[in-house]
Amino acid sequence: MFSYCTDPSSLEGLVWLSCYLTSGTHLLFYASFGTVLILLAITAPVALLFGYGGAMAARSSIAPLRWFGKLYTSMVRGVPDIIFFLFVPIALDQGFEWLRHQALCDSSQPVWQGNDFVVCDAAKLPLNTSAAWVHDAYGIFLAVIAFSVVFGAFAANVLFGAMQAVPRAQLETAEAYGMTRRQVTRRVLVPQMWTYALPGLSNLWMILIKATPLLFLLGVEDVVYWARELGGAKTSAFSYPHPDWRLYYFLALLVFYLLMTWASERVLGRVTQRLSRGQATMGGDAQRKGAVA
Amino acid sequence: MKLLTIAAAALALTAGLSQAQTIRMGTEGAYPPYNFIDDATGEVTGFEIELGNELCARAELDCTWVRNDWDSIIPNLVSSNYDTIMAGMNINEERKQVIQFTQPYTPAMPSAYAALSADADVEGGVVAAQTSTIQAGHVAETGATLLEFPNPDQTVAAVRNGEADAVFADKDFLAPIVEESNGELVWVEGFDTVPLGEGIGMGLRQSDTELRDKFDTAITAMKEDGSLNALILKWFGEDALVFE
Repeated sequence: MFSYCTDPSSLEGLVWLSCYLTSGTHLLFYASFGTVLILLAITAPVALLFGYGGAMAARSSIAPLRWFGKLYTSMVRGVPDIIFFLFVPIALDQGFEWLRHQALCDSSQPVWQGNDFVVCDAAKLPLNTSAAWVHDAYGIFLAVIAFSVVFGAFAANVLFGAMQAVPRAQLETAEAYGMTRRQVTRRVLVPQMWTYALPGLSNLWMILIKATPLLFLLGVEDVVYWARELGGAKTSAFSYPHPDWRLYYFLALLVFYLLMTWASERVLGRVTQRLSRGQATMGGDAQRKGAVA
Repeated sequence: MKLLTIAAAALALTAGLSQAQTIRMGTEGAYPPYNFIDDATGEVTGFEIELGNELCARAELDCTWVRNDWDSIIPNLVSSNYDTIMAGMNINEERKQVIQFTQPYTPAMPSAYAALSADADVEGGVVAAQTSTIQAGHVAETGATLLEFPNPDQTVAAVRNGEADAVFADKDFLAPIVEESNGELVWVEGFDTVPLGEGIGMGLRQSDTELRDKFDTAITAMKEDGSLNALILKWFGEDALVFE
């Protein structure tokens, strides 16, 4: 990165460190923090959407939809995460490629040849000729879906519980005003349920933050992969030989994750305050008393 | 109409591909000097990368390198995430059940035990090796307790911190580590050269015979003109085993 870094073996002390910390692999390490943050930023809303859909389906008056919602939440929650992460992306990837194979290639060619899953070159996803970043983006896309399906199921259960927790009297009052079922849901149920859902959802968010190392199962190089890779002892085959420094790298990760949880706690605390305003809960009561005094 | 457009697009794509086939080459990137990440640039480098690029040039293929964890390196080849494996993978019968290999591009490289003392008990003690390697298979047969790790670096770290009595790996991988440890790590007496395996080859899908033939031809050519031996000497030192 710096011009004096061309021959690292001649450097010492802080100069060496400044070159070391800006080496190609370190830049990739720093970029992987971005990958993790992007993944979180996309996954959280998508998972919430999945959860909302699942909870609505589970409450539906249409029986098949209700069965689907219940099946989704109980099945996904019952299967160990790691199995899901190994299964969903591979199944999705091979599913997409199979579809493209049928559309784009000679579909009489079998896709399974012995041990091998082979589609024609044009059906590959991404194509062999695509740039490396396309392959990375596709990996992240699969990861987002896998994470969203899993965390969506947990979120669905939290939201379902929160919907049940809204006092029945509130809904009855709305019905007495002549609102339809749909209006009751939209105007009374959903605005009130968030305050009950928030503790559960904030738990999920915290677990999601810590679940990102599972990314490496999907071939996306995340912060933990790089910390392990960079921290390992390096011989003179490398430009920057050093002994086993994994401890320092994992300490840096510890700080990163603590900062993430600290920031999340603060944001979630504010959201809780905002949501309990005017609610018939202890939090809401406390706010009312505070306002009077 | 839609089908026609799709078909036309497919034709255009395949026509483009037939000019220069793009091959994705899988490697681990954690096994110096065979394959490792150059810390100055962040790209993979090493004996196999240089060899692979030369083979691709000779076979007139466009090659890109893909890093993949050792654990899932065969499953991801078989499901076509990349097309070849060059990751210090020894040719053996068990792997041949699932994938096929080119002819070996190294002679049968010896393995070795390294430990903190030369008299470490490698036949009754705890020995670290990388998961699903021929070395791990060998340790399991010797009566020593096998301690497996997902990447090679951790096997050496396990010896340094006393978790294992010795580490068993390719001698060429351990040699620079032992040399540069200032006497901390030493070869285990009587076990510093254990012949194992049939040599390292490039792994391909069993259905990919055409590609295997291309690489086989290129490897034969490099063996004949001596450039393969030159490459081995460059990366493994003057005393390395070479082809006759």
